[in-house]
Amino acid sequence: MSSEQQQLRRESALERRAAREAQLIASDQKRQKARALRPNDFPGGVYPPENKHQSTGEPIGSIPLAEQLVVPLLQHTGSTAIPLVKLGETVLKGQKIAEADGLISCSLHAPTSGKVVAIEPAAVPHPSGLPADCITIDADGEDRWCELQPCEDFRRFTPVELLEKIRDCGISGMGGAGFPTAVKLDPHGGVEIDTLIINGTECEPYITADDMLMRERAEEIIAGVEIISYILDEPERVLIGIEDNKPEAIAAMRAAAEGTRFDIVVFPTKYPSGGEKQLIQILTGREVPNKGLPANVGIVCQNVGTARAVYRAVRFGEPLISRVTTVVGKALERQRNIEVPIGTPIKHILKAHGAHRGLMQKVIIGGPMMGYTIDDTSAPVIKTTNCLLVPTVEELPPAPPAQACIRCGFCAEACPASLLPQQLYWYARADDHEKLQAYNLFDCIECGCCSYVCPSSIPLVQYYRAAKGDIRTAEQEKEKADRARERFEFRKLRMERAEKEKQAKREARRKAAELARRQREESGGAEAEAAQKEADLVAAALARVKAKQASPEQQLARAQRSLTSAEGRVERLQQKLEAAEEKQRDQLAAQLKAAELKLQEARQKLAEAERQAETAAEAGRESTPGQDDPQARAQSAIEKAKAAAAARAAMSPAEKLAGEIDALKARVEKARARLEKACSAGDANVEAFEKALQNLQQKLEAKLREQKQAGEEKQ
Amino acid sequence: MLDWFSEISTPLLILGGMALAFGALLGFAAVRFKVEGDPLVEQVDALLPQTQCGQCGYPGCRPYAEAIVHGEKINKCPPGGQSTINALANLLDVEPMPLDAEHGEEKETKMVAFIREAECIGCTKCIQACPVDAIVGAAKYMHTVISDECTGCDLCVEPCPVDCIEMVPLETPLQGWHPEKPPEGIELIASDRRQLSKRSAA
Amino acid sequence: MSLMRATSPHARAGDSTAKVMLQVAAATLPGVLALVIYFGIGVLINIALCSITALACEAAIVKLRQRPVAFYLKDCSAFVTALLLGIALPPYCPWWLPVIGASTAIVLAKHLYGGMGYNPFNPAMVGYVVLLISFPVDMTRWVGPAEIINGAPGIDEALSLVFGFGGYNVDGFTRATPLDIVRLNESVLLSQLYATEPVLDQGTVAGLGWEAANFGFLIGGLFLLFRRVITWHAPVAMLGTLTLMSLLFYDSGSSLSEGSPMLHLFSGATMLGAFFIITDPVSGATSNKGRLTFGAGVGLLVYIIRAWGSYPDAVAFAVLLMNFAAPTIDNYTLPRTYGHKSARRATDLEER
Repeated sequence: MSSEQQQLRRESALERRAAREAQLIASDQKRQKARALRPNDFPGGVYPPENKHQSTGEPIGSIPLAEQLVVPLLQHTGSTAIPLVKLGETVLKGQKIAEADGLISCSLHAPTSGKVVAIEPAAVPHPSGLPADCITIDADGEDRWCELQPCEDFRRFTPVELLEKIRDCGISGMGGAGFPTAVKLDPHGGVEIDTLIINGTECEPYITADDMLMRERAEEIIAGVEIISYILDEPERVLIGIEDNKPEAIAAMRAAAEGTRFDIVVFPTKYPSGGEKQLIQILTGREVPNKGLPANVGIVCQNVGTARAVYRAVRFGEPLISRVTTVVGKALERQRNIEVPIGTPIKHILKAHGAHRGLMQKVIIGGPMMGYTIDDTSAPVIKTTNCLLVPTVEELPPAPPAQACIRCGFCAEACPASLLPQQLYWYARADDHEKLQAYNLFDCIECGCCSYVCPSSIPLVQYYRAAKGDIRTAEQEKEKADRARERFEFRKLRMERAEKEKQAKREARRKAAELARRQREESGGAEAEAAQKEADLVAAALARVKAKQASPEQQLARAQRSLTSAEGRVERLQQKLEAAEEKQRDQLAAQLKAAELKLQEARQKLAEAERQAETAAEAGRESTPGQDDPQARAQSAIEKAKAAAAARAAMSPAEKLAGEIDALKARVEKARARLEKACSAGDANVEAFEKALQNLQQKLEAKLREQKQAGEEKQ
Repeated sequence: MLDWFSEISTPLLILGGMALAFGALLGFAAVRFKVEGDPLVEQVDALLPQTQCGQCGYPGCRPYAEAIVHGEKINKCPPGGQSTINALANLLDVEPMPLDAEHGEEKETKMVAFIREAECIGCTKCIQACPVDAIVGAAKYMHTVISDECTGCDLCVEPCPVDCIEMVPLETPLQGWHPEKPPEGIELIASDRRQLSKRSAA
Repeated sequence: MSLMRATSPHARAGDSTAKVMLQVAAATLPGVLALVIYFGIGVLINIALCSITALACEAAIVKLRQRPVAFYLKDCSAFVTALLLGIALPPYCPWWLPVIGASTAIVLAKHLYGGMGYNPFNPAMVGYVVLLISFPVDMTRWVGPAEIINGAPGIDEALSLVFGFGGYNVDGFTRATPLDIVRLNESVLLSQLYATEPVLDQGTVAGLGWEAANFGFLIGGLFLLFRRVITWHAPVAMLGTLTLMSLLFYDSGSSLSEGSPMLHLFSGATMLGAFFIITDPVSGATSNKGRLTFGAGVGLLVYIIRAWGSYPDAVAFAVLLMNFAAPTIDNYTLPRTYGHKSARRATDLEER
């Protein structure tokens, strides 16, 4: 055996060993990866009938364009977008028509070419059924695109530029709440993002929009995932989670992901595994911290539809103006998925699918577990509308009347967040906000599992939604009250300071006067007398001021005095006027008017003083007997309040109207007086006063008409 | 003699010693673990709605809170309504009473002041009247209401010489909307149901 | 066309309270069957009397409270209460015992506290305890197994015993229960006791008849577990604690022994209590952790009262005592919610 041969053999042995080691390492890595990819389970969950086959029979279709498209300015939580177009303006398909306002907001684009015919509140798909601001576009039928900016290779751009692009294209989450995607892809969780999760779960029954999208547009989705992964600085793991009830979608996605480093993880079907928090738990075993975001544990989660929208935005420059929506339910003749422009009225879609008017009992936006009903089908499809469910009564029967909670605990077994729904229900009914928060109400994801299993058919989720809203409102109100208190205190402080400054000035002036007086006294006693007089005057004024704060009786007396004097003056003036010569007459007439006004004022004051005196006397009378007996006092107060309430209740609308008319009359009178005064003084605001008077008179007339009408109706 | 004394003295000593020891302990605990509670006025003030409207007859919520602590009735706050009265009753451990109608009625919707700006002459009278400085403007210039700060107290309506201020209901935006609690159904006991029907009739 | 407004979820699992209750009722069948085979038809008479009284009381009270009677009777909860009480009462007891017991259970323990879902105490056990305290003699007379007393009473005998005519005396049929025998024994070894007492001698582990009935209720309980009507926590905790305690004080079968674990598990009302009584959700603890605590408490109390108390069986007392403790247990046994580091207490925010 030559040394060469030996050398060779040694080398080959080394090679073999290296190869074996490499193999071992590889298989170890594979095993580790397999372990890492083994889906976990989450507590609770339910297995409602899937009902997915109805809408997967046909490929994704489309319907003819609607005549009018309605684009709501707010399609998610956050702030309303600001319109960029004017009424009557012609817009092109894809043209930006509203700009995002602030961070958590999305810009909007024209879904087709046409003319803006309305920017006003219209019906929107929202559980409240309240209208909201929308831009309505009359389609011209040409569907002309505006100029787009395609891009062959996204890697030429920096992630920041891509984020700007995504923001500009108005892309928001297409799975659930519709959170702006650009915000989600720019995480500030203080942790490095090591996992990107793409949500292809779609756990809600009936909905197949993501399923069909994965079957037919898998390449686009994977291309979008590449872009997202690039923006997030290539996270360590990219997991695409799909439930095992979509074998076709899994196959398509596996084929599309061939040659990429993305892992497709398949896990058993269970509702609500598609919830962001639950999916994170399934795929990584991590839990999103309470009051935190997935980014806090190094995870970003995106829907498959969003990934595709990102791809189209970056590759072709297309804004988000259409989406795939499932149209399903036994009340329809045709059940399938369609790609539909955002803003298409729902009734247009229902018509195109042969909605049976007699069978249709409700229209649900979303699935049967978390969807909400709308009562106005002119509401449009928005970026988050993943399903239109139009069931018959037999298909999804209305809930039977709720029975008493027997605390069976089925809900606690089903809760994916490990809450105690039965206890939450208890405290929600009692409005016990503190206890609700102690039982972690705000960790409820409103998935509806508890209501689904409840044998007493209690609408548990509605209780939680209401309680959450109540708590939030109470917090906001408290915040507002605190601010009001602060502002009030600050104002009081300011007024006090101003008063003090004034007083200081007065003091300074008084001192100066004193000084001057003393100087004068020193210079000669002749003026002492005058100074004394001045001092007397001040004292008198002070006394008057004091009298102003005097008791009601004194006020009454004073009012009476001023009234008599005013009356006297008017009388005198009238006599004078009669006796006066022609040329003085005008002047005198004006004087007389002024005097009359004064008289009126005095009368009013007298009336007021009388009233005050009366109430004071009454109060005095009342406060004496019950003073030492709080019980009796409370009793009397209750009696009084009851009587007042009864009186109020007994007060007919006519009487109320009469009261309002009286008040208005008084105000008209006042306005007239003010106008006259302004006229005589030559005030610059005469016109304004005139207008105010007119306004008031109109109001008064309207009320009088109302009264008259009421009177006639009575007869 | 001594027996008798010792017989009495031992328990006396023991009991006395214990009393002293526990007394000292309690005293120490009282000083050491003293709870700095909110003074009552603060607590009452925190429950009042802070509209500063003066409908109670006091110049603001805090003065009324002080008055309540000194024995004033708790049912004089129309903006707070029955819920505030109930909360006050709970805090002060007194019987809740109905709202005193003399001071006004509880309004169902929240209102905010609105200035028709074209008609405003810039007289600053409303600015002076506003208890929370929620109106901005200067003499001879148009004024406007900061609706976020407005408490809906009505105080600016009366002083306006040209009557350009009106109270408009506060709009609830879509984001602020939340569903109501489901109606109480079959579970009601008979007396509840009677109350409920009365309330809905009123 | 007006569209309906409804809140989600729009789909429902289709379970109803009545279905749950009927499943519980069905699960008692094997146990009841065993009772009938070994002790005759007395238990059926008890169940019938209790059911009629309970349903009548429920209807009357619901009527008084001005609510729809049919809607409330439909949930079958009164029937289940009556059924459990009827099983627990000694067979061939005079007719007024079931009547008083059932009416106490429905009126006092259930409706005076607010009705279905509001009762802090298990109604059937309240009814049982009221009877046990008021009529101790009648309540502790159990008939012996049929093979020992030469045949259980026939229908006519049974009816005359229950309604008190024909001059029959129940004393002729009654025998000491296995638990009684072991508790009163102070002189002989357990093995000798098992050889001398016919009830123990003819049975395998815990006395003829008794072990069969308990086995029946165990089967029923497993059915409920399988149907997910109840969770395993409370029964396992109770049976586990009982086993542990009886092992500790078994004393290797001496004359002072308090009985073997098998005796405790398969005698008295152990299995009925473990699967049907302490799993009552209304008066029990809420969370799974709480149920474990609750069950363990019941097991402990059952053993303590059986071994050292003055009553032969103790399930009713143990359950009622733990009902008292349920709110406190609930306070300390909240589950850890998703996203939280640790579980919290219900009174967390108030104590802060």
